[in-house]
Amino acid sequence: MPIAVKDLCFSYKEGTPFEKKVLHNISLTIEDGEFVGIIGPTHSGKTTLAQHFNALLTPQSGSVIVNGFLTSDPHADLVGLRLKVGYVFQNPDYQLFAQTVGEDIAFGPQNQKLSKTEVKELVATAMAQVGLDYDTFNQRDIYALSGGQKRRAAIAGVLACKPEILILDDVTAGLDPRGREEIMTVIRELHQKQKITIIFISNSMDEAAELAERVIVIDQGRIFLDGAVREIFKQSAQLRSIGLEIPEVINVIEKLQKRGCLFPSIPLNLEEAINYIATAYREREVER
Amino acid sequence: MQTIIEVTDLTYVYHSGSGNNVLALNGVNMQVYRGEILAITGQNGSGKSTLARHFNALLTPKSGEVLVDGLSVADKKNTATIRRSVGMVFQNPDNQLVSSVVEEDIAFGPENLGLPQAEIVDRVDWALESLNLEAYRHRSPNSLSEGQKQLVAIAGVLAMKPKCIILDEPTAHLDPKGKREVLENMLRLNREEGITTVLLTHFMNEVVHCDRMIVMDQGEIKMTGAPRDLFTQAKQIKALGLDLPAASQLAHGLNLKGLALPGNILTIEELVDSICQLP
Repeated sequence: MPIAVKDLCFSYKEGTPFEKKVLHNISLTIEDGEFVGIIGPTHSGKTTLAQHFNALLTPQSGSVIVNGFLTSDPHADLVGLRLKVGYVFQNPDYQLFAQTVGEDIAFGPQNQKLSKTEVKELVATAMAQVGLDYDTFNQRDIYALSGGQKRRAAIAGVLACKPEILILDDVTAGLDPRGREEIMTVIRELHQKQKITIIFISNSMDEAAELAERVIVIDQGRIFLDGAVREIFKQSAQLRSIGLEIPEVINVIEKLQKRGCLFPSIPLNLEEAINYIATAYREREVER
Repeated sequence: MQTIIEVTDLTYVYHSGSGNNVLALNGVNMQVYRGEILAITGQNGSGKSTLARHFNALLTPKSGEVLVDGLSVADKKNTATIRRSVGMVFQNPDNQLVSSVVEEDIAFGPENLGLPQAEIVDRVDWALESLNLEAYRHRSPNSLSEGQKQLVAIAGVLAMKPKCIILDEPTAHLDPKGKREVLENMLRLNREEGITTVLLTHFMNEVVHCDRMIVMDQGEIKMTGAPRDLFTQAKQIKALGLDLPAASQLAHGLNLKGLALPGNILTIEELVDSICQLP
């Protein structure tokens, strides 16, 4: 289910004195099976852009084509499209509304005229995919969940509709380190095992570097950079110029480079950084 | 060291409608010292916010005692005085900002203290200046970035001239620049104005800048000490659902690879210096 965006413009309060242009001539394509990180300062248009991918918003000018369907076509099956392109919001409290975890996750499948057995099957599968044990959590009240469990329940509710594309809008904000790690593992597995296309919006450079294969940087409603993750995070000066940062592991490597150490590339996670530094150290010992 | 907040045997229970009671704080004893920056950390649901909400009488003890400058938060007569001494900044600035103009928002607290007009103006000017927000004084908070909005929320608390500011995950929803601005301003207010600061956070790279840290788990305090000392206890920190700062993790991993780095590295600058000083 590829996404093709062409010359997309969008303004809030269009046609009023308060009109605010948030997207300017955005063109991009996302292919099946990609893992795309979207980063950018707050109010840069990340969320507005992503909400066009599942027709929560439709273009005011330009076009968005998802799986061959123009989202602005009045005859397009937008409900069907939204089942295939799932959107998980930043705040799970906006997404979860039922009494129990099981009821909440069942909501999507129930609206698709499926049998009870089929619905139960989909709920159980979705819970397994996010690491929530069915027997423990099916009957549990939503309010009794921790922050990390709520995020997982919200993701499961979207997965129960069997999406081919999953949009995750800053889903780790406010989580503790363990909850963050758990969610990242879930996301990585959905991509690797279920081959779901992932669009990961984040304020954390560390997470974007660890997870994404391709990174799109948005600034003031325009595409600022778009490329392979290592190519993007190499450009530290550009990223800093728009108020972003580079991941901490890359920061260490950059500082060591300034002091004369040589590295083959930039690391994307702790393990790579440790290997880079240890190798450079050993090579220096050999030289002597 | 002089104590500003003293917590003794504090227990707090949340009662839910269905009769499931949650023990949020279980016999907590701790102090906040005058002039320090104290980090309170721990997993979601460990009791951090419940504890901090006792510091300015948003919650009052179910059992045990909380004293602010010697005044009990349980006594309603003290509430106004305590809230003037201890200000609270929440995670989401949208829940805190009340006015459509920055300077009016900052004036809201002082106005409610019934101060003379000239004093209110002075305080608003001072708060704006302290946080480098002068350029935005006539703007609407909604036209600012999330980081700037959070600074306006801090300015609003600052204008009350509190002795202590509590920040409850103030950077959770901010972008990298916003995070940096809030952290730098928090450190500067502590250094220059001597404001006692309590920071609730999940970011270990923020904790490293604090004088002391407390680790909570299931309503109890499990560790207390200087970040430099506590972060050497990697196993225990991880068992409590937390992590080490990136620099400490890298140093630990490099030690396992045979690089003889000090065991108590906290910051990226220290790590880089130590690596360059290796024989």
